[in-house]
Amino acid sequence: MPKRTDLKKILIIGSGPIVISQACEFDYSGTQACKALREEGYSVILVNSNPATIMTDPEMADRTYIEPITAEILEQIIEAERPDALLPTLGGQTALNVTVQLAERGALSRFRVELIGATLEAIRRAEDRALFKRTMESAGLEIPRAGYAHTLEEARAIAERIGFPCVIRPSFTLGGTGGGVAYHPEELDRLAKTGLTLSMIREISVEESVIGWKEFELEVMRDVADNVVIVCSIENLDPMGVHTGDSITVAPAQTLTDREYQEMRDAAITVIRAIGVETGGSNVQFAVHPDSGRLLVIEMNPRVSRSSALASKATGFPIAKIAAKLAVGYTLHELANDITQQTPACFEPAIDYVVVKVPRFAFEKLPGADPTLTIQMKSVGETMAIGRTFPEAFQKALRGLEIRKDGWEGGPGGTPADLLRQRLATPTAERIFYLKEALASGLPLDEVFQLTKIDRWFLRQLDTLIAEERALQAAGEQMRACMETAVGSAAQLAGAEVLRRAKQHGFSDRQLARLWGFDERAIREWRFRWGVEPSYYLVDTCAAEFEAKTPYYYSTYENPPLVLGSRLKVQGEGSLEPRTVNLEPRKRKIMVLGGGPNRIGQGIEFDYCCVHAAFALRELGIEVIMVNSNPETVSTDYDTSDTLYFEPVTLEDVLHIVRREAPDGVIVQFGGQTPLNLTMGLAQAGVPILGTKPETIDRTENREKFKRLLDELGLRQSPSGTAMTLEEARLTAHAVGYPCLVRPSYVLGGRAMELVYDDEQLARFAQAAFDASPDFPVLIDKFLEDAIEVDVDLVGDGETYVIGGILEHIEEAGIHSGDSAMVLPPHTLTDETLGDIRTAALKLAGALSVVGLMNVQFAVKDDAVYVLEVNPRASRTVPFISKAIGVPLAKIATRAMAGVSLREQGVTEEVVPPFLAVKESVFPFSRFAGVDILLGPEMRSTGEVMGLDEDFGLAFIKSQIAAGQLLPKAGTVFVSVKNRDKRPVVLIAQRLEEMGFELVATQGTLKALQRCGVHAGLVKKIHEGRPNVLDLLKRGGVQLVINTPSGRLPRADEVQIRSAATMLGIPCITTIAGAQASVNGIAALRKRALTVTPIQRYHELLRA
Amino acid sequence: MSHAARPAWLVLEDGSAFRGRAIGAEGEAFGEAVFNTAMTGYQEVLTDPSYRGQVVCMTYPHIGNYGVNEEDVESRRPWVEGFVIRSLSPVASNFRAQGPLDAYLKRHRIVALDGVDTRAVTLLLRRQGSMRCGLSTTEPDPERLLSRVQRAPEIVGTDLVKDVTCEAPYEWPLRDSPPSPLPRSRHMVVMDYGVKYNILRELAARGCRVTVLPAASTASDILAHKPDGVVLSNGPGDPAAVTYALAAIRGLMGRVPMLGICLGHQLLGLAYGGETFKLKFGHHGGNHPVQDVATKKVEITTQNHNFAVRMDSIPGQAAEVTHQNLNDGTVEGMRHATLPIVSLQYHPEASPGPHDARHLFGRFLDLVEAE
Repeated sequence: MPKRTDLKKILIIGSGPIVISQACEFDYSGTQACKALREEGYSVILVNSNPATIMTDPEMADRTYIEPITAEILEQIIEAERPDALLPTLGGQTALNVTVQLAERGALSRFRVELIGATLEAIRRAEDRALFKRTMESAGLEIPRAGYAHTLEEARAIAERIGFPCVIRPSFTLGGTGGGVAYHPEELDRLAKTGLTLSMIREISVEESVIGWKEFELEVMRDVADNVVIVCSIENLDPMGVHTGDSITVAPAQTLTDREYQEMRDAAITVIRAIGVETGGSNVQFAVHPDSGRLLVIEMNPRVSRSSALASKATGFPIAKIAAKLAVGYTLHELANDITQQTPACFEPAIDYVVVKVPRFAFEKLPGADPTLTIQMKSVGETMAIGRTFPEAFQKALRGLEIRKDGWEGGPGGTPADLLRQRLATPTAERIFYLKEALASGLPLDEVFQLTKIDRWFLRQLDTLIAEERALQAAGEQMRACMETAVGSAAQLAGAEVLRRAKQHGFSDRQLARLWGFDERAIREWRFRWGVEPSYYLVDTCAAEFEAKTPYYYSTYENPPLVLGSRLKVQGEGSLEPRTVNLEPRKRKIMVLGGGPNRIGQGIEFDYCCVHAAFALRELGIEVIMVNSNPETVSTDYDTSDTLYFEPVTLEDVLHIVRREAPDGVIVQFGGQTPLNLTMGLAQAGVPILGTKPETIDRTENREKFKRLLDELGLRQSPSGTAMTLEEARLTAHAVGYPCLVRPSYVLGGRAMELVYDDEQLARFAQAAFDASPDFPVLIDKFLEDAIEVDVDLVGDGETYVIGGILEHIEEAGIHSGDSAMVLPPHTLTDETLGDIRTAALKLAGALSVVGLMNVQFAVKDDAVYVLEVNPRASRTVPFISKAIGVPLAKIATRAMAGVSLREQGVTEEVVPPFLAVKESVFPFSRFAGVDILLGPEMRSTGEVMGLDEDFGLAFIKSQIAAGQLLPKAGTVFVSVKNRDKRPVVLIAQRLEEMGFELVATQGTLKALQRCGVHAGLVKKIHEGRPNVLDLLKRGGVQLVINTPSGRLPRADEVQIRSAATMLGIPCITTIAGAQASVNGIAALRKRALTVTPIQRYHELLRA
Repeated sequence: MSHAARPAWLVLEDGSAFRGRAIGAEGEAFGEAVFNTAMTGYQEVLTDPSYRGQVVCMTYPHIGNYGVNEEDVESRRPWVEGFVIRSLSPVASNFRAQGPLDAYLKRHRIVALDGVDTRAVTLLLRRQGSMRCGLSTTEPDPERLLSRVQRAPEIVGTDLVKDVTCEAPYEWPLRDSPPSPLPRSRHMVVMDYGVKYNILRELAARGCRVTVLPAASTASDILAHKPDGVVLSNGPGDPAAVTYALAAIRGLMGRVPMLGICLGHQLLGLAYGGETFKLKFGHHGGNHPVQDVATKKVEITTQNHNFAVRMDSIPGQAAEVTHQNLNDGTVEGMRHATLPIVSLQYHPEASPGPHDARHLFGRFLDLVEAE
């Protein structure tokens, strides 16, 4: 069926800020959908509050609303735009949920908006547990047996029906605490009793336990003519019990016979039909009992998901793009397979490699968080690797994870056997490393299986790595001996064989160097001399059956065939694999290095910059080579660059690609700290680095050199010093005075950056800083209390420097810039101060001869401007500023790096918008019960949103709504602040009182309020007895919490209050500045309702 | 994958030589090299008689993961001339596994290699078309193996059906199979040109009484069984070489409804007066899209053939195309213009592969019913 012509305008909803479980993958899917629909001539209206996305670039949609994703706001947008249809399946759970709300409010019927992709009924059947159960049962499929109990007797009855073991989960508790697995009736009684007490509605679910079952996922696509294909099967290494987002997963499925696989395929097709997803992609999750093969359907997502992104990158099948085209009426066979171009998209990819995805966690940023992996997702990113075999792909994935492991390395070693067993039985981020220790120490495979339930196939494959490593270790003598022998000698050939086999098992040069006592470079040179180099194979959707037109590569080490007769060994890199040869005169080639897995501190913003670099270079007619290992991203889409290498972003892997491609330049400053950290290694290997010189990067990252630079330029910085040892750190701290900030070199996201108040804290955190960046000095500077922080991003070409934007932080100094709310243009700074800031920033840029982007952080205290730090690279705020000023900074910077001056580009003036743009951060706290939500110098946010309006208050409130802080317009506010804040909080309280809010406060704060005539009720602190503030919160008696930390070490009860508020979804403000801004916002909101304006309209204002 | 595994060679007709490790029987094997892109179902592939005369290279690198069992077989024994894979699993991990793959290969005297870059083999076959090849665990010199490869017989013009067909008629289910719960109303005769058990299973599951006859049975032999319908099975090699089968089919036309599958379909093409031709490197895998010309519905299908029917060679519009391959436009199904005869180039019985086309057995039975 051809595309529908009755539709003209289609609304797409994005997924909002990056949070745990909703990351870049929805930028990737939304971007593909926008492109696909506009290619077909549809007008696209896009809504997403996240400015760091490619999809919200003004040229991606006809109208782009960077507005909060709420039903109210969407209804306004629908009313203004009158789209014919809404495509809700590409923006994650956020888009689905808000779509359901829109339908329930009657907004869709009122404005005659058709849901395409999935109907409301289909969404409900998939999302509503009871409906899902009924739908599956009537389709003849099994799901885990379960029931809800409100009494102990009911629980016992259910358990009797479903059998043991069963999982008890209390409904509605803080952070999902209090559940457990019952293996016998006694345990059931105990768990059911506590569960019923813990549940706020005295309800528990009793469910058949599938913990330890094998876990699979199938990615399914269906078209309007009911053609269905499976794009990819995925098998989880971590069995059921660990969220699939937190599991190591492998594609394709490894341990199913064809009979079992086809049974699962049939079930997946039955599910998509029964749920009624008419067109597009869905993901169906299955559990398989390891001993009986019993197949259960666990859940289905009636939309594109994280797994779809993974499946797309793993197979080359662009699920989101195809889903968008199916939604407007195309059938699968009418669409071409982009990779082969000669065959249709109606097929099932055949892959001839193994894909391994490994999650990336951020527990180091969340002290106090429970590190046990459960059914609630906790990871913040992922990396994917492709190899010809599982061991190869697995090791590549681990080195791509960037957690200082160069492959599969063991746990700390020497773990006592009992503890080791415990570490295996409890899934954590580290379990995979303890697993190595266990296998290496000879723990029987069967016991390891019993403890972990990881399928024996995976365990045996991993065991081959242990055997290989032993063999390599044993070959050390032989290798050292043959290193000097002549090429072609028998000893050399045997040595090359050892090397090749090691590389086929995925060992990195660093691992080999450590095993044999060499340095990494020696191993590499040796390999090159002996011809042990990677081949680059294609991801082609068809296992080489058809010719692939898209150069999407991964590296592997294969044994090349001999060509008989000639007696010539086929040399070098996979010479059988055809390479697209460009017959035109050789174009310039530039390589862009991506940022690897998302983590706190390095996320989508950097991928955005890499994608912009690719776009800008292609516009200039330059060939772009992209290297990245993050499957969620737009950068790893095969049509973003000319050639894509899906590879770990490590020195070894990048040097290999450089050797093959010989690019004219490499861009390292866009992908965050990952590529930046490779700069020196690449430069030493003679790789041309584009943009700001590598020495400059060192001058700003190395804290000591940086301090000298500021002194030379006569720029003010707070008293500071550098230290290489703990003793030096102590002396420096005493010289500058407490409180002071400890900052390591070469880190991102404030890793190990801490505010310290005394010697004891200093010792602890300075050590952490040395660990975070070994061999580099640590900077210790006097903390500027109550200063206002300012971020400046600028672009330069080595001669001209132009400020992109000046961002004023809303919270006071001491909070990481990635976590702070910010406003552009600054709203409290004087013109004089802004002038000083501009001068300082431009002076620094000039001194560093910046080519590309640079970010400077300032602090303003008593009208004096201090330089805090300089980052000669793309910063997290580049996309935000670009959206606010209507100027694509990353593209401009890229062109400058490619040799097009700012003057030639016509970029010479700073743009100061006549409206306000507020950036707010979102945090993962609600997933981690008991973790304090206080902000500090170490970044903890996962994403950001943008609020736009002409009024600061409204722009701020939009940012709050978009970030999920639903500030109330009326109700009760709980106020409890530290002594220093008692005076400023009075003003805030007065304004709240004027607006009709009720106030309650703890003893000390109450007194301060009453002294100034503010009325408030008294509420007990937690340790003062009951009912206390926690009871009040849980009862729903508080709509807003203002709670600033009492001292340098937060008291336990404060942590409890803040954590509880977060878990209950009550907005919680922890700074006076934040409270002020919020009160402004609430006041503005009471005066005028929120309005919506597309970003294109704002940009018109800028050009006017 | 023990490091002590014996070295072995795979040599292609064009002189490409791959050194691998012997994982099956000792010895040498020659045949036509084909690649199969299915990611599951190696045991079904091994036991599919259509692979007689061929050396199968699996493009998916990990093979043997779930071991072997007695149920997932498509005939009484493996038929491939040789088996080439990238990486043999060191463990058989599946609740139905009864043993590891390598032991099975040894037991059935199949010469097999692992450690071969089967993607490279595939690329060579894609570029140069089908080639003969040889496997050896005994010949240390690949040059000498190459000269033997170049003397090995070609598949074109060779009757391989006679090697794989049953010696005497038999009834399905076999005695040890569980009885079907359905009443057996229709009687189907299946011509065994190298039949896969799953064709028989599918017919039995639909309530048919199934009799399997040797390939050389004549039309009158067949009609003597009073079949309600005749299924012309899949099988190996060049259809043009199986002249006795062609004669029998001609004799059946107009006397009984027929369903041709794979080789059976090609034989029908010849019976209609058309020609068959050899594809460059054939279709072998489980992901080929086939469209039903009438309903426009697409099925993801299992394919295993090197020959195809040249539709425009069939005189007088004796047959029409019912199914078409969406990848390369080749004919995937035909229907006789006037007689109740239908045929499929692909495998509705799947095994291994998707079940999308299973319903076509039902469609054929409806046709039988209508007669």
